[in-house]
Amino acid sequence: MNDWILRLLNLPPEASTFAAGVDWLHFVVITTTVLGAMFVFLLAVYWLVRYRRRHPLETTAASSISARHEIALIAALLSLFLAFWVVGATQYNHMRSPPAGATTVYVTAKQWMWKFGYPNGRASMDILTVPAHRPVKLVMTSRDVIHSFYVPAFRMKQDVVPGRYYTAWFEATSPGQYAIECAEYCGVSHSRMGGAVQVLSDEDYARWLDGKPFDAPGARFEGRVEERGDLASAGRDVAARRGCLACHTIDGQPHIGPTWVGLFGSEVTLEDGTSVVADEAYLTRSMMDPQAQIVRGYKPVMPTYFGLLDSTEVASLVEFMKSIADATSTPAITLPRVAPEPGTGSRGSLP
Amino acid sequence: MTTIDAGALFPGRAPGQDPTETAPRPVRVSYLTDGTTVWSWLATTDHKRIGVLYFVTTVFALALGGAFALLLRAEHLTPTRTIVDAYTYNRLFTMHGIVMVWLFMIPSIPAAFGNFLLPMMLGAKDVAFPRLNLLSYYIYLFGSIWVLVALWMGGCDTGWTFYAPYSAHSPSAVVPTVFGIFIVGWSTILTGMNFIVTTHTMRARGLGWFRMPLFVWAMYGTSIIQVLATPVLAISLAIVGIDHAFDWGLFDPSRGGDPLLYQHLFWFYSHPAVYIMILPAMGVVSEVVPTFCHHNVSSYRAIAYSTLGIAFVGFATWGHHMFVAGISAFDAGAFGVLSMLVAIFSAVKVFTWVFTMRAGSIVFRTPLLYFFAFLFLFVFGGMTGVAVATQSLDVHWHDTYFVVAHFHFIMVGGTLTAWLAAIHYWFPKVTGKMYSERWATLGAVLVFGGFFLTFFPQFLLGNAGMPRRYYDYDPVYQPLHVTSTIGAFILGAAMLLVCLVLVVALFSGERATANPWDSRSYEWYAPSPPPKHNFDREPVFDRGPYDYAEPFAGPADAADAGGRIS
Amino acid sequence: MSARAATHFEDLERQEQAARLGMWVFLASEILFFAGLFALYFAYRNEHPRGFDLGIARNTIAWGSVNTAVLLVSSYTVALAVHELRRGKRAAAAWLVGATVALGACFLAVKTGEYLEHFHEGIYPAGAGAFFAENDEPGIKMFFTLYFCMTGLHAIHVIVGMGVLATLLVRVLRGSIVPAASYPLAIGAVYWHLVDVIWIFLWPLFYLTPGGVR
Repeated sequence: MNDWILRLLNLPPEASTFAAGVDWLHFVVITTTVLGAMFVFLLAVYWLVRYRRRHPLETTAASSISARHEIALIAALLSLFLAFWVVGATQYNHMRSPPAGATTVYVTAKQWMWKFGYPNGRASMDILTVPAHRPVKLVMTSRDVIHSFYVPAFRMKQDVVPGRYYTAWFEATSPGQYAIECAEYCGVSHSRMGGAVQVLSDEDYARWLDGKPFDAPGARFEGRVEERGDLASAGRDVAARRGCLACHTIDGQPHIGPTWVGLFGSEVTLEDGTSVVADEAYLTRSMMDPQAQIVRGYKPVMPTYFGLLDSTEVASLVEFMKSIADATSTPAITLPRVAPEPGTGSRGSLP
Repeated sequence: MTTIDAGALFPGRAPGQDPTETAPRPVRVSYLTDGTTVWSWLATTDHKRIGVLYFVTTVFALALGGAFALLLRAEHLTPTRTIVDAYTYNRLFTMHGIVMVWLFMIPSIPAAFGNFLLPMMLGAKDVAFPRLNLLSYYIYLFGSIWVLVALWMGGCDTGWTFYAPYSAHSPSAVVPTVFGIFIVGWSTILTGMNFIVTTHTMRARGLGWFRMPLFVWAMYGTSIIQVLATPVLAISLAIVGIDHAFDWGLFDPSRGGDPLLYQHLFWFYSHPAVYIMILPAMGVVSEVVPTFCHHNVSSYRAIAYSTLGIAFVGFATWGHHMFVAGISAFDAGAFGVLSMLVAIFSAVKVFTWVFTMRAGSIVFRTPLLYFFAFLFLFVFGGMTGVAVATQSLDVHWHDTYFVVAHFHFIMVGGTLTAWLAAIHYWFPKVTGKMYSERWATLGAVLVFGGFFLTFFPQFLLGNAGMPRRYYDYDPVYQPLHVTSTIGAFILGAAMLLVCLVLVVALFSGERATANPWDSRSYEWYAPSPPPKHNFDREPVFDRGPYDYAEPFAGPADAADAGGRIS
Repeated sequence: MSARAATHFEDLERQEQAARLGMWVFLASEILFFAGLFALYFAYRNEHPRGFDLGIARNTIAWGSVNTAVLLVSSYTVALAVHELRRGKRAAAAWLVGATVALGACFLAVKTGEYLEHFHEGIYPAGAGAFFAENDEPGIKMFFTLYFCMTGLHAIHVIVGMGVLATLLVRVLRGSIVPAASYPLAIGAVYWHLVDVIWIFLWPLFYLTPGGVR
């Protein structure tokens, strides 16, 4: 599609194999229908002038469109609309049919982040890394409410529903970074649930798979423009972006790690039986050296964030935990409890 | 039925004399002056007074919904926080949608103008169930008060669509909100039932189905949808309320539920609901165009049948709201083709209205100016509807600003514009006064301009991929948002101007004659404003309502407005 | 009071025609109101056939059938009442309407007993209750939640119907409904028939199983 047409229509770059066909159809549909609408309007304006009332008591002879003309008009318009349907349905069916041999990525949406699981065992958050020129199949579900995985540059979108797995696919056509948006209202931070698809060339993708450094294409992902309100709300954003909420809930349920609700300032029992108050010192130490003081009943799986969180982020996380120290909330769904290995003692007291 | 010799009744008026120039005789008692206590208004069973009550209430609803809209647009002047936080923004757009759809749009034309005009257009004294009519108004009022209570409790943040499972877990005031809408829904159902029965059983002698004014057909089609679709909304919202209040989990996957079923249930109502909102507007257009073009409708049956076509086929298209929700490709294809079919009915009407102008005798007054605004905006918006009905295109546009622009073009550019046309067209009939044509024209132009500036940029935002219901946005979208906000404030100011023009006319406008537009439609055979029982004797209809081949021959300012219409 | 048309009607015949049409239109909306729940039932039954079968097996078929019989008889009594009133037998009509209301009360009593029995067994709506701890077949929670929803909504309509009939009974006794214009009773009876018909659909869905799984 012509670049100036894309610009005129304010469309994003065409970055998937779907985009060119969809944009072409878009152009045809909009142009024909808008031109048709303009013609009808101008005809009305023309007749407004041509048949203006010349004498106050003018009468007019009754007249009507002949049935033949009516039917011809309707048939022509219906044929046009059905043609749109045929092309649109064909393209749509193509979008709903992932090709065999596509690379599969598992997507989990939750308030308010995207988690991606790759076949080689890697996981990432908010940034989906895929190779160019190869079909990628997404198998998606939600952990809580309905979200929608939308990549404008790919012209693809699929709602993500809890309790169901939906499949979508695309084939990216050129390396770059393309925004992911959540397109189904999902609560207060719906507009901050963005991400990016990072499309890599074959060599870069191979290096990424091996965990080696590579040239990230395009501009660094800036993420959503964040409202730097109070530190506690910033802390919530950090928790989402940094992966804390993958294991720690903010709805009161114990999960892979202890829930943050009611944690700050409470007394926690450690796996060696001693107790400690979960104050700023304990919490920051847990972020930097998580194996040091593990809460009884939890597995020692937390990675260290040393060097990954700057001090503002650490502070904002602590402030956030403080802000929900007295909170109660109703979990949307019941999470499976991740039990400790046998022999590591009974479940500890949990906040 | 006795025949009345119009000449004997109204000495000094020769047949063929321009009825718009006859000096009006003072009307003795009209429906407005027949009882002037507050109680006589609150306990009225006169369909015209009930129409006025609905009108006043819906205007307040429009003002409230409009205020929310201006707050939303003001928030979008900057990409991040401007005046409210995210949670407040989410509640604002939800309550904007709820107030506008259920408290304003749905009753705006049928409950106000339908009530006022339907019996008059049929030659009846009132609707079939006048006391039920009054009860319907109070049910609407009671439901609206509950929505206000919900607002006072902080409002709801789920979006007007209340999708499960979020609606079951939202921290906002979901239950009083859905309760209020539930109540208002029953008002709609009872009004629809009343109109259907009135149309079937209270037509004057000689008035067959194909000689009624087309506005009656529009009310009839709307009423069918109201009666059949609204109960499905009622049960959907009842379940949302129960799930939120008692956590019964009817759409909770962990208890065997399926969130998609909610969408099916909701949209089964809500797609026909949009036809509840547009059919009455089309009915208004079908009256305004022949009157100001002084020409018969170019195909009466096309309008009548397409009304029924929209009413019935409209029930079969709801899945086009769910193209990316996870329905099968086959279902999507079926809903897609049916959506194309339903668009044809609207196109038929547009062609019919435009061809009505041909060989007419057209005078360009404010109501016709609103028709031209409607023609431009509704057709443009309708074409974008065909575009989003195209499945592969909808994958990109679904839940973006493109859809927001599309439906505002139809609902504001279509229905609101037609509602304004209806006000300006029937103002003399309802009030007995006339407004300033010049100022009313200015209002119409500003409304059109403000509207277009508000919503056209939103098509471009949607094309770029900006999702709807977003509090924050990418700064690159800011210029389009600022343009849209400027347009919104122009539109708001324009609506205030329109309101001012009409209020001034109400108090100090010129006296209107019975038929200032020289229309042939039946309501114009009664004085302006009409007496309480519309016609003192049951009228007999010999002529059609769009017969402009002969001069107007009805009584000009009848003290006694019944008798033969020929 | 003699039968006279209201001022806005041309004659009594039109008024009756309007009232009857109005009631049928209203019934259409009532049917659509229930239809949403029936749609949920069929969709969920399709997804969880075993859970639904187990739930149906849990309900007491005898009580459901008693209620069906009660409502069928009550429809008969109210239809007979209309017939008697048209023939001028005001007293007989009044007794029959009263019997209909009483049968409605019987229905509610049986229903209440059933609900209490369910609670006793630990079956509550929303999948709450001890019963679901042992029986966690997917779909059985949804079955019972729908059961309480649909029979509960129906019971509300039974109460409304009883109120309508009681009001009509008073009017028959006072003589304000006369044989020449007995249609108010007829349209009230039609509403009651709808309440009955809805139960006729609920009964097999919640009590009668295909294949006799017990």
